[in-house]
Amino acid sequence: MNTPFLSVRDLRVAFSTEDGLVRAVDGLSFDLEQGSTLGIVGESGSGKSVTNLAILGLHDREHTDVDGEILLDGKDLLTATERELERLRGNTMSMIFQDALASLSPFHTVGRQIGETYRKHTGASRHEARARSVEMLRRVGIPQPDLRVDDYPHQFSGGMRQRAMIAMALVCDPELLIADEPTTALDVTVQAQIMDLLKDLQQEFGTAIVFVTHDLGVIANIADDVLVMYGGRCVERGTRNQVLRTPQHPYTWGLLGSMPSLDGPVDVPLSPIPGLPPSLLNPPSGCRFHPRCAFAEKVHGGRCATDSPPLEINGGGRGTACHLTAEQRREFFVDYATPQPN
Amino acid sequence: MSGTDPLLDVTGLTKHFPVRGGFPVRRTVGAVQAVDGLDLRVAEGESLGLVGESGCGKSTTGRLITRLLEPTAGKITYAGQDITHASRKELAPVRSEIQMIFQDPYASLNPRHTVGKIVSGPMEINGIDPKGGRERRARELLEIVGLNPEHYNRFPHEFSGGQRQRIGVARALALSPRLVVADEPVSALDVSIQAQVVNLLQTLQRDLGIAFVFIAHDLAIVRHFSQRVAVMYLGRIVETADRDDLYENPRHPYTRALLSAVPEATASDTPPRTRIRLTGDVPSPLNPPSGCRFRTRCWKATERCAAEAPALVRVEGNGVGHLTACHYPEAGRTMTSQAAA
Repeated sequence: MNTPFLSVRDLRVAFSTEDGLVRAVDGLSFDLEQGSTLGIVGESGSGKSVTNLAILGLHDREHTDVDGEILLDGKDLLTATERELERLRGNTMSMIFQDALASLSPFHTVGRQIGETYRKHTGASRHEARARSVEMLRRVGIPQPDLRVDDYPHQFSGGMRQRAMIAMALVCDPELLIADEPTTALDVTVQAQIMDLLKDLQQEFGTAIVFVTHDLGVIANIADDVLVMYGGRCVERGTRNQVLRTPQHPYTWGLLGSMPSLDGPVDVPLSPIPGLPPSLLNPPSGCRFHPRCAFAEKVHGGRCATDSPPLEINGGGRGTACHLTAEQRREFFVDYATPQPN
Repeated sequence: MSGTDPLLDVTGLTKHFPVRGGFPVRRTVGAVQAVDGLDLRVAEGESLGLVGESGCGKSTTGRLITRLLEPTAGKITYAGQDITHASRKELAPVRSEIQMIFQDPYASLNPRHTVGKIVSGPMEINGIDPKGGRERRARELLEIVGLNPEHYNRFPHEFSGGQRQRIGVARALALSPRLVVADEPVSALDVSIQAQVVNLLQTLQRDLGIAFVFIAHDLAIVRHFSQRVAVMYLGRIVETADRDDLYENPRHPYTRALLSAVPEATASDTPPRTRIRLTGDVPSPLNPPSGCRFRTRCWKATERCAAEAPALVRVEGNGVGHLTACHYPEAGRTMTSQAAA
């Protein structure tokens, strides 16, 4: 087994705020191979975006404590200097954000913003950068790229802006792309276009993608492996089919039960997760999900409130962090989870 | 319609927002045709889902129905009364029967008011004194929407997004409305919280017999909530039908494309539904295409589609039936729900 392209080991991120220490990420580990996509699912405050910022080194260094290891192609990003990171960002690794309008400068043309990254990393001339921008816009499917390259972001529609941002992220053919809710603000038809585009580009260039979203439908469509986060920890991981078809963690069951579908039964109420996501300022003891978990009392000795369940990995990267026994899970899942078409 | 008049009857509803420009004299240079000739009916106690992509005019429609916007043309009849251009005074009694729930639970609650003041606000404005007093009623309402009545004196910032949305729901219920227009009521919430609020709204709709216009872009949630569904595209309704009929047997090409674009967490390696790839963007409502507005993205479009706007007509079914606005409607029963692996 060769070393994975991106390897995150026991990542811990904490911010000191006025109210106290916020442990946004608490012992997260995952690997990502070249050319594959890892989907990270979680609700707001689960630590998924913080993980991304830490990988790119974009966190506020003064107020943030980052611990653990982030190895990109064998190089530890957490010990890298700002200069080394600058050389990597936009070149070897890049990022797409949720809000394209806020992430593009309103004062510069789209072409210039795409070309800037390219010039910085390759030392290309203005002229070459412009040609490259046109090529990138064409590649992401913008019609008449040679004209649109001189447009400003406000002249683009929402879907086109997202494409322009993807063009900017991919201009140096990065090996790692981090996409943080890239389609959340988009309509479904445009979302489908953007996901197709990312898949096509990945096939062509073998980019590794970390795809963060709260939408399990999007995950089913794009991810090879899935990692479910709750309260700064990974509660379940595995391949897409493992996590979506035979989910093992009560939180994942809850997420699936909360989502109405286009072809499931209609006249049954949804089965939401009761309660609220935890505050990371003062997270629950033991398993962070236990105050909302319907099965906590089924665990012998009430361990959920006291012991944090470790993420048990059983071969092939499949893992669950839950005190329920395998038999219990099988039994409860059949009773509880949404009926899966088979 | 089954004999009785609908609670809300909208015909030919149109809203054009003028666009001003030019120098030195600014004059009207065009109009954003946000809603253009829209027909809609909501029966007493019925939930109608209004779906469409951003910019299709669904929110404008919601604001026209509640008369927060003045329609350019068309007619709105509520409970037999023409309220299209009713004055503020004439509207007052109607407004207490039509309430609205907004998308943003942060912007729609006054941060300086306590929850109690927010929820009893509508009663105060309308001078309603329920038995036992407004405060008691407000506490009751908080309990109905699943909040602790003891939170009466707290401020909105002390609540999470989902709880705030519940406060908005309690406010909408304060006057025992007959019609609630909910504009994207759950889209700002986390998945697990969304389900809580959807269940709450559904329980209220059924138990209290309130008619709902549920505006959303999420097709799965609309399917879950609505009895009838209307699909909008660029200011017009392209298809409307009973829920099951619309989702299992869509007849308008746009509805088919829209449904096929929704990613589903079925986790199958072979996609259960064939995706219809729509290319391009929604055209600008400033200058919409002639004829059928969907024709620029439609794979079936012909010259007829450019020349002649298709009317919203019944293609099958009884009662209100299944209406679609297309010259070449789909043959139906091609995309079944059992196609999943």
